[in-house]
Amino acid sequence: MNVEIPKEKWTGSVRQVTLGATAAEGGTRTRTVTVGGEASLPFLTVDGAIPNRPALAVDVRDRKPEDWSPLLAKAWGAAMQDPGEWAKAAEAAGADMIVITLGLTKPDGSPNDAANVRAVVRKVLNATGLPLAVFGPGQAEIDNQLLVPAAEEAKGERILLGTCEDKNYRTIVATAMANAHAVQSKTPMDVNLSKQLVILVHDMGMPLDRIVMDPTTGALGYGIEYGYSVMERLRLAALQGDSMTQQPILVTPGEECWKVKEAKVGEGVPEAWGDWERRAIHWESTTAASLIHAGADIVVVRHPETLRRLRAIIDALTAPAQAA
Amino acid sequence: MPLTGLEIYKLLPQTNCKECGFPTCLAFAMKLAAKQAELKACPYVSEESKAKLEAASSPPIRLVSLSGEAGKLEVGNETVMFRHEKTFYHLPGLFWHLRDTDGPEALKAKVAPADAYRVDYVGIKLGLDGFAVEAASGDPAAFKAAVQAVRAVSKKPLILMASTPELAKAGLEAAAGTTPLLYAATPENWQAMAEVAKAAKVPLAARAPDLGQLADLTQSLTGAGIENLVVDPVVTGYRDSLEKLTSIRRLALKKAFRPLGFPVITFPGQAKDADETLLAAEHIAKYGALVVLDTFDPASLYPLLVLRQNIYTDPQKPIQVQPGLYEINAPNDKSPVLVTTNFSITYFAVSNEVEGSGWPAWLIVCDAEGMSVLTAWAAGKFDAERITKSVKLSAIKDKISHQRVIIPGAVAVLSGELEEELQGWQIMVGPREAVDIGTYLKAMWPN
Repeated sequence: MNVEIPKEKWTGSVRQVTLGATAAEGGTRTRTVTVGGEASLPFLTVDGAIPNRPALAVDVRDRKPEDWSPLLAKAWGAAMQDPGEWAKAAEAAGADMIVITLGLTKPDGSPNDAANVRAVVRKVLNATGLPLAVFGPGQAEIDNQLLVPAAEEAKGERILLGTCEDKNYRTIVATAMANAHAVQSKTPMDVNLSKQLVILVHDMGMPLDRIVMDPTTGALGYGIEYGYSVMERLRLAALQGDSMTQQPILVTPGEECWKVKEAKVGEGVPEAWGDWERRAIHWESTTAASLIHAGADIVVVRHPETLRRLRAIIDALTAPAQAA
Repeated sequence: MPLTGLEIYKLLPQTNCKECGFPTCLAFAMKLAAKQAELKACPYVSEESKAKLEAASSPPIRLVSLSGEAGKLEVGNETVMFRHEKTFYHLPGLFWHLRDTDGPEALKAKVAPADAYRVDYVGIKLGLDGFAVEAASGDPAAFKAAVQAVRAVSKKPLILMASTPELAKAGLEAAAGTTPLLYAATPENWQAMAEVAKAAKVPLAARAPDLGQLADLTQSLTGAGIENLVVDPVVTGYRDSLEKLTSIRRLALKKAFRPLGFPVITFPGQAKDADETLLAAEHIAKYGALVVLDTFDPASLYPLLVLRQNIYTDPQKPIQVQPGLYEINAPNDKSPVLVTTNFSITYFAVSNEVEGSGWPAWLIVCDAEGMSVLTAWAAGKFDAERITKSVKLSAIKDKISHQRVIIPGAVAVLSGELEEELQGWQIMVGPREAVDIGTYLKAMWPN
């Protein structure tokens, strides 16, 4: 029998956001990344066009983190000692973009400062041609202090600045506008809060094609279902035409997964958890892959093997449909 | 597709005879729509209406159950496309694919540890649901011996993978007394397989790579009297699977298309160019009901079991633990006192860390309506007032010789307000992440 496949008719679509600026656009990037633009649920091109694929970003720190899992230290090796080398290694591993996360302190233990931030950002810009995101340490006051010099140093490069939260979005949005960057608008796992912060950021004059939403990610086993459903709800709202939910979505499975025991540690855990390294990579890649199915546009991961697996999935999911 | 009260009303006699116990036929129809009354209460409803109402009330995706000597598995009967719309009800079954060519002894050795495999996740014991035994030898005697061998070490439900009726019969003989799934009827062999399944009263899988063919096949099988069907659309990879399984779910739910209103079985390890674990993860999130794995490896099974548990959690009912005072590692009057919320994942993260750190401690679990620390705080369910109430209710004061309480770092902002509410207490701000509790206590707790 001939089975007619039911299609969804969507009236809205996600906005496109381009990160990175080439020389012609006033920056120095060798390539840019455009995300968003979907007029359909993830990968279901039967319902609508999907012009861009999810971008894969690697989480790079401004200095070697002391509390990361030994598995990550093993994977990146000596490159972790230097943010420029680390970014280069991430580019070689197949990343579409680099996320630089600034720490609270410098390698010598003193508080991080503008001079150090400028040096790190410059180093990474010189080391890689990929588009960049720069995230603060996650404390509102300090984020403000450190992101302004970062934004100035990268003026014209159209980097993604974060984290904009309801507490501190003003300073970050202002510096992003002054220096032609985009912002990450982050809210704690709630559709309405996501929408509200996009409205507030946009009200300051930030164009909508420079706002990425981060609805907050939970790791597998540690609340993934909350983030997953918030993302599905945001995406459905976007496709139904709710304008302030139509921003591309950024998720951070790398950060979330590598702080949970299942990935982080290999000793003193139940035998039923299985081989540590395989489990850890499965933990990160399963979390990330599930979020890609829920609508993620930018996926920030930590392990190069996760990056490789996600690349394979995205290639397969975005391959032209086979004649059935 | 369920009918509305008005649609049901049109099928009733509309005489308002009151014999059903309701004042009018419309009132009765409304109760029927709300599933608070049964149609048999109406003595006058016509046979034709009865048939229509029964057809409309049957679920859009059939519930199919398998059983082993111990343990039963029900799959199907899902009602939504997205978990937030209601919930996903029946956890997809995870099976391990075995072949009779291994021989009975090797099979027993493989199955025993896999059968015993259990992993603890927030207090729930998770494991495989059963085994799929394939007659790869083509020899009925070998298949029978293989099924017997698996049954000798496992009481879980089985899937019998047999390509001919002879093999199917041999497997079913060995599975007597249980309800396995027989896999699979195809456009070529369906008549014979239907007879075997019918005689043994077991559910049957229908396999065809094209949805039209698959629908024809299930029509033929239901016509032959087999109602407990499972469908295998033979997925070849991530995209093919997403398209086919989404289409099947949409057809069943949105179009009430009966020929594909059955649970879906998948074999993620059989797809070329796909990572078995990640394709299985896709099947868990996107519409698989029975997932047959080629690999048994705790390192990949554990994340899949947790993913299944997470995706199938009812979004309306977060898993909660009982609020109150918990003792960890036999605390005494000098031990630290920590506060957290009653969201199960939060509770387990904190209690596991404290336990693992070796510190004896008191843990006050505050009733935050099952939300995590930040969510509860944002929703006003984990504020100074609630924490104060929990501390007082716990009567912890009588058990300790100090007056210090540690709150989660994520709600550091509450410390000022708490100092006022909890007069005489020292409020200590703990780490943001549970994983840092051990280090924190070592550095900060005055011995």
